[in-house]
Amino acid sequence: MRVVLAEDLFLLRDGLVRMLEAYDFEILAAVESGPELTRALAELTPDIAVVDVRLPPSHTDEGLQCALAARQARPGLPVLVLSQHVEQLYARELLADGNGGVGYLLKDRVFDADQFIDAVRRVAAGGTAMDPQVISQLLSRRARDRPIGGLTPREREVMELMAQGRSNAAIAAQLVITERSVAKHTSNIFGKLGLPVSDDDNRRVLAVLAYLDRDS
Amino acid sequence: MDGWKIRRSLSAIWRGLALSFVTLVGSITLFVLTVVSIALIPLGVGVLTTPALVAAVRKHANQRRLLAATWSDVRIAVPYRPFPPDVRGGITGQVERCTLLLKDPATWRDLQWLLIDMTVGSVIALLTFALNVYALEGFVLAAGLWRVFRNEPYWYGFVPVDSQLTGLAAAALGLVLLALGLRFASDLLRLHFLLARPLLAPTHGEALALRIERLTESRHDAVDTSAAELRRIERDLHDGAQARLVAMGMDLGTVEALIEKDPARAKALIGQARQSSAEALTELRDLVRGIHPPVLAERGLGDAVKALALRLPVPAEVSVELTGRAAAPVESAAYFAVSEALTNVVKHAGADRIWVDLSYGEGMLRIAVTDDGGGGAVIGKGSGLSGLERRLGTFDGILAVSSPAGGPTMVTMEIPCELS
Repeated sequence: MRVVLAEDLFLLRDGLVRMLEAYDFEILAAVESGPELTRALAELTPDIAVVDVRLPPSHTDEGLQCALAARQARPGLPVLVLSQHVEQLYARELLADGNGGVGYLLKDRVFDADQFIDAVRRVAAGGTAMDPQVISQLLSRRARDRPIGGLTPREREVMELMAQGRSNAAIAAQLVITERSVAKHTSNIFGKLGLPVSDDDNRRVLAVLAYLDRDS
Repeated sequence: MDGWKIRRSLSAIWRGLALSFVTLVGSITLFVLTVVSIALIPLGVGVLTTPALVAAVRKHANQRRLLAATWSDVRIAVPYRPFPPDVRGGITGQVERCTLLLKDPATWRDLQWLLIDMTVGSVIALLTFALNVYALEGFVLAAGLWRVFRNEPYWYGFVPVDSQLTGLAAAALGLVLLALGLRFASDLLRLHFLLARPLLAPTHGEALALRIERLTESRHDAVDTSAAELRRIERDLHDGAQARLVAMGMDLGTVEALIEKDPARAKALIGQARQSSAEALTELRDLVRGIHPPVLAERGLGDAVKALALRLPVPAEVSVELTGRAAAPVESAAYFAVSEALTNVVKHAGADRIWVDLSYGEGMLRIAVTDDGGGGAVIGKGSGLSGLERRLGTFDGILAVSSPAGGPTMVTMEIPCELS
């Protein structure tokens, strides 16, 4: 799997390159600024772009802007955005085109290599990877309005993991339950929230995220 | 003249009449009483009465400043020096207050203004009304009143009225006067205020002195606040990230010693060290958010406030009409001011909904935070709002709060700045 990487801090860039290579990713380019990233994304054909939000020269949200622009030019181009902080506002912008293939994670998540690599693969395959902090922000805002659709605590847990973009198998492993019961919880959740049922994993995730982000 | 202009002239006429009444009754009374009171100071009685009378004069003058701004858009700044905070009580305090008031040049200029106000000022104010009434007299003469003066001509303006014909001439003159009176009523009113301005407004020196006083105060506040902020940051780093890094170092040292003897425990300790590093990161992230929020650096004020609103437990609508970005310190002050205002709402107002409006116009960044909560918010000692006022003061910004009991509450902030 071919990766374009943009990260301005040398240590982190180097570490990411080494980690990705250790998991058999091919690094097409590892760049350190916005213009370089734009050029790399235009000239190369990566399976995924892993991008830091804040890049030189402006040190504002250049990475995010480059990634969004590249996705406009090539709809569905998988992009995993990394940041020192997560904002629901940015998550909303990344998800706005409804195409999937989007990830938004705190940089801390690279500490857990297995989970991080899992997220990269998921996004590259057109799935979603949302940082748990984004999801808990969404949920804490919701919690005040009303308990979400009368979900049981277990269903809520399942929904939280689902919103992060995890597959049924991964959710089952994390909660130590069978995949069958995950599927049952999932259909309950969709029934209670009044969301259209879909077999497509990614559609499901996007539906849940959209539900959570909806202004009450 | 269209309807709006006529209505404006008519209101100017009534205002002029009201003003002339206020100037004749208020200004004359206050002038006489104050002069007598000051004259009685050597006898001792004046010391007791003067401060109260000067206060009344100032109230009278402030009311005129207010009217000038609301009626004729003539802005007159307030020149009075504030009392020092340590004025004593009792008789000594009274003497001290009296001396301070008499030393304030604005007191003497107010007296001069009273003198002008009750003479020229009242004449001009009355003129707005009198001119039009006199014009109406011309019509009354033409309508039949001329008959009374058949033997002895009555001088209406420059027309000797003694017949129907001359009565009609008077009506014609009255028509001209009425046109003039209506046309210039609001200008006359404005003239009244413009006449008052040189004496009511602070002199250049006074204005500078007041400005210096405000600057000194806001500089003190700014220095105090930033020192307190630095102390807080130091404490947070010391107790937070720094401590975690120490723990991590210790864990890693132990790992080094254990790795061959007891690999299982070493592995557990590595996990612990990783946990510490994650916690250190979280703490640093929160700290950074408190110093300069990353979204503010990345996106500017509008999006930073939007991101802030998304984190609130109360639904908030944010509307932003900014054409550029303000200087970084202004943005930061505005952001934290909004943040403080929102925290206040969430904590105290019991609101179901919040509206935040950001806009820019006439060199002012305007921010309004409105909520549908219980109201009753005041700017006072120890309330979050006075902290807000101090924060804005450093940038010459101002804060206004409208919060009737029962709500809604609207907190408005204005900061002068340029957008780039």
